[in-house]
Amino acid sequence: MSTIEVSPASPRSGEYQQPVINDFSIQVATVNGSGSQTANSVLMRAIFQMGVPVSGKNMFPSNIQGLPTWFTIRASKHGYIGRKKEIDFLVAMNPETVREDVMKLDSGAAAVYDEPLKADALRSDLYFYPVPFDKLVGPVCPEAKLRKLVRNMIYDGVVAYLLSIDMEEIHKALFKQFGKKKAKAAELNWGACRAGYDYAAKNFTKVDPYRIERMNATAGKIIIEGNAAAALGCVFAGVTVVTWYPITPSSSLVESMIGYLKRFRIDKETGKATYAVVQAEDELSAIGMVLGAAWAGARSVTSTAGPGISLMSEFVGLGYYAEVPAVIFDVQRVGPSTGLPTRTAQGDIISTALLSHGDTKHPMLFPSSPEECFSMAIEAFDLAEQFQTPVFVMTDLDLGMNNWMADRFEYPAKPMNRGKVLTREDLDRLGGFARYKDVDGDGVGYRTLPGTDHPHGAYFTRGSGHNEKAQYTEREDDYINNMDRLSRKFESLRAHVPKPRVDYHPAAEIGFVAYGTSDYAVDESRDQLKAEYGIESSYLRLKAYPFTHELEEFIRRHQRVYVVEQNRDGQMLCLMRLEYGAAEISKLRSVRYYGGLPLDARTVTDDVVRQEGI
Amino acid sequence: MSTAVTPPPKKLNRIGLDVLSYKGSKTTLCAGCGHNAISERIVECFYELGVQPWNVAKFSGIGCSSKSPAYFLGLSHGFNGVHGRMPSVATGAMLANRTMLGIGATGDGDTASIGLGQFMHLLRRNLPFIYIIEDNGVYGLTKGQFSATADVGSKLKTGVSNDLPPFDCCALALRCGATFVARSFSGDKKQLQAILKAAIAHNGLSVIDVISPCTTFNDHEGSTKSYSYMKEHDALLNEVDFVPYYDDISVEIAEGEVQDVTLHDGSKLRIRKLGRDYNPASKFDALKAMAEAEKKGEVLTGVFYLETGKPNFMELLNLEDEPLATLPESKVRPPKEALDQAMDELS
Repeated sequence: MSTIEVSPASPRSGEYQQPVINDFSIQVATVNGSGSQTANSVLMRAIFQMGVPVSGKNMFPSNIQGLPTWFTIRASKHGYIGRKKEIDFLVAMNPETVREDVMKLDSGAAAVYDEPLKADALRSDLYFYPVPFDKLVGPVCPEAKLRKLVRNMIYDGVVAYLLSIDMEEIHKALFKQFGKKKAKAAELNWGACRAGYDYAAKNFTKVDPYRIERMNATAGKIIIEGNAAAALGCVFAGVTVVTWYPITPSSSLVESMIGYLKRFRIDKETGKATYAVVQAEDELSAIGMVLGAAWAGARSVTSTAGPGISLMSEFVGLGYYAEVPAVIFDVQRVGPSTGLPTRTAQGDIISTALLSHGDTKHPMLFPSSPEECFSMAIEAFDLAEQFQTPVFVMTDLDLGMNNWMADRFEYPAKPMNRGKVLTREDLDRLGGFARYKDVDGDGVGYRTLPGTDHPHGAYFTRGSGHNEKAQYTEREDDYINNMDRLSRKFESLRAHVPKPRVDYHPAAEIGFVAYGTSDYAVDESRDQLKAEYGIESSYLRLKAYPFTHELEEFIRRHQRVYVVEQNRDGQMLCLMRLEYGAAEISKLRSVRYYGGLPLDARTVTDDVVRQEGI
Repeated sequence: MSTAVTPPPKKLNRIGLDVLSYKGSKTTLCAGCGHNAISERIVECFYELGVQPWNVAKFSGIGCSSKSPAYFLGLSHGFNGVHGRMPSVATGAMLANRTMLGIGATGDGDTASIGLGQFMHLLRRNLPFIYIIEDNGVYGLTKGQFSATADVGSKLKTGVSNDLPPFDCCALALRCGATFVARSFSGDKKQLQAILKAAIAHNGLSVIDVISPCTTFNDHEGSTKSYSYMKEHDALLNEVDFVPYYDDISVEIAEGEVQDVTLHDGSKLRIRKLGRDYNPASKFDALKAMAEAEKKGEVLTGVFYLETGKPNFMELLNLEDEPLATLPESKVRPPKEALDQAMDELS
C-alpha cells in the first residue's frame, strides 16, 4: 500500500484503489455523555436501511460522562455480524485517545478526525480527512449549551458523503431515532448532518476504497438490543411479577419491559395492571420476591448480572430444594467481583450451574441472538413451571446492550405450560396430595397454589429437610429419597430443554462447540479456516444445560472438539468434563478469550491453527 | 370474611369450622416458650373471627420463631424461607395473590439483624400483611447469643453483659411507614388478642413486636426479656378491645377517655387511654410515649400507632383485583397484533 495523504487544500489523487464495498468496519472514538450514541445509531441504521447487513458494538466505560468510548459498526455483505478485529475507517473525536486510535490502524485505513487533533502528523500511510467540527457546529446550533451534543452529528454527514451513504436514509434514521415527540431536536441534528455532508462534498476528494452500496439483505429484518428482545419475550410469556435491582448490563432489560408492559398489559376493561414490577432493595430481595410470587402461582422473573447472581445464591438453593419456579436472566459481564462492569464475558457458567451450597444444579439456556432472547424467555417460563425449579437465561453484555439485526419475532405457537398444578376439582377427586411424591416417575411432584379453595389444598414449603408430604424430617432415608428424586428431575429436563443446533461436515475431523455470542466468531472462523487453510469443521451450538445426547454424539464423531468460550477457565468445558468419560474428554480442546470485548473470528482461527500445529 | 352472618352453632365459628381447623402440628419449642403462647393466640383469633384458613398464607424466616408457623393454622399455606428474608418472599406471594391474608412470624434475629434491610423496605411498601416479631432478645437455636434487640446491661446466662444499644423495632416501624404498630407481651392474653384481631382487620402493614421470653436462654435474673422482668416493667400505653364488624353493637362512646378507630372491614379498635394525653393517629405522640417509657425503665405495650386510609402497595401498583397468579392466558399474553406493532417499530 502506498503512502497517501489527503488534505482539503490540495487533495492528491491517489493511485487506483480496488474499491471495498460493504465489507469493512467503522470505529467512532468519542467521549461518553457527548451524544455520540445517537449519531452512531443513526449511522448504523442508515446502512441497515440500505439493505447491507450491519452490526454495532458499543465499548463504553463504567462512567457517566467524559471518559473514552468507542463504537464499532461493521458492514458485511457476507452477513458476518461478529466483531471484526481490524478497523478500516476511523472517526477520531477524542483528544485523549487519538494517538492510540490512529496508531492501531492497519496501513491503508481511512481516518476522519477533528482538525485540531492533527492526526495526520502521526502516520503517513493512512487516508486522512480533517474536519473543523467546532467551526461547523456554531452556525447550525445557535444555542451554545447544545453544541456539545449536536457536534457529533456532523460526522454522520461527513461519513455519509465519504462512504456514499444515502442522505435520505440518514434523514429517515435520524427522525425515527428521535420520534415524533422530539421533532425539533431532530431538525437541529439534521442541520448538523447536512453541514458535515456539505463540508465534505466541498472540501474532500474521495481517495480511500471504502463504500456502501445498496443491497437487499436486510428486508423484513429489525434492529433490536438483546435486552429489549428478552423483555418482549417475558411480556409475551405472560409474566406477572417482575422484580429487579439495577445493575449494568441488565438494567435495560427490565426498563424496556416496563415500557412494553405499560403498553400491552393494562386490562382494557378495568384499566388495571395485569403485572407488578418492583424495584427491590437488593438482589436478595429481588429473588426472594420472585420465589414468593412463583410459589403463589405467578410467572415471575428477575434480571441481573454476575454480582447479583452471587447475592442470590442462598435463595436459589431454596428454590431448587423447595422446588419453586423462577426465571432469572443473567446478562453476564466481566468478573470476578466488580470486574469490568461494561465489558462482556461468559464467565458465570460454572457458578450458575451449581449455584448455592449443598448438592444443587440448575438448568441454563444460552440465547445467541435477539430472536432467541425472545423465544427462550418464553421457553424459560414454561420449563420453570413444568419442572418447578429456577431456570437461568444466560445472555451477556454484547447480546444484551448492543444493537443487533434480527428476524421479526414469531408469536408463540404453543399455549403457556403451567406445569403440574392441582385444582380444587382435582383435590375433590384425589382427596388430598403429597407435594413431593414422584407420581409420574419424572421426578416432578404436583403442587397446589395458595388460595386454592379446598381444605386439603395447603402444604408447608420449607428449605429444611422434608419428606414426600412436605413434613419436616431429618431422617436419612427421607433425605436421600428426596435428593435422588431431584436428580431424576434434572435428568428429565434433558428431554425438554432446547436442542443444540448441529452442522455436521462429512469430511471434518474437527468440531466446534460454542454457545451464546461466541456463535458469530465461530461461524466466521470456520469460513476462514476453510478458505485460508483448507480445514473443514463441524459445529454444535449449545442452547441449554443440562446437555442433551446430541453433544455426546458430536464429540464421538470428531477427532478433536474445540470448545470456544469467553472466560479464562474454559467453564463450559469443565461442565462437559463432569459429564463425560475419558474417551470423550480426551478429545476436548479449549479456545478461550477473556479480554472483555466481543469475541472475533481471527482470535478463534489463530488459536485453532496453533493448536492444530499448522 | 365476606361470608353471610349466621348465628354460629355451638363450638363452630361463623364459617362453620371448629377450633381444631385452626391448630397446627404439635410444637417442638421448649416448654414455657413465649412463642407457643403467641401461636395459641393466633389460633384463637383466626378461629373467633372466622377467617377461612386456606385463604391464609403464613411466612417465616429462620430461628425458633420461624418454626412456629408449623404450630398454628395447619390448613393454611406456609412458606418457611431463609434467614432474615421473609419479607421479600411474602411480598412476592402477596403480589401474586392479593386476595390472600398474609401473616409472618419472625424473631429478633430475623428482623433486627440479618433481615433488617428487608424489614425496613417492607415498612416502606405498606404491604397488607401482619408482621409479628417474637422478640426474646436472644438467639435460641444457636444456644444463647445476644440479638440486636437485647437491652444495654442485659445479661446472658454466662454473666456476659450486653453493651450495645438495641434496635427498637416499633420505633423503626413508625418512622419507616408501617400503618399499624403495636407492642405486646406473650403473657398478656387479652391485649395480644385484641391487637392480633385488629391487625387481621387492618388494610396495610401491621407490625406487632411481642416480647416473648426464652425460658431456656434468657429467662434468668439480669435479663430484661424474662417473664419476671416483663411482669414488673410492663407499662400499658392503652387498653385495647376489638369489636368485629359483624357484632352489631352500637354503644355511644364518650369523647376523650375512649376512642374507637374504624378499621378497613368495618370492625373497630376501641382504645382506652388510661389517662394519657395520646392520639393513636399521631407518630409524634407514639414516639414521645416510647421515649418517656424508656427513660423510666418501663416496657411500653399497647397500640402505638394506627393509620387508616393510606394506600397499600397493591393499590399503589394499580393491580388487578383478581390474583395475578391465575389470570387467564388471554389477559397476560398480548395478542399477535401487539407483537406485530412492536416489530414494525423496530424494522
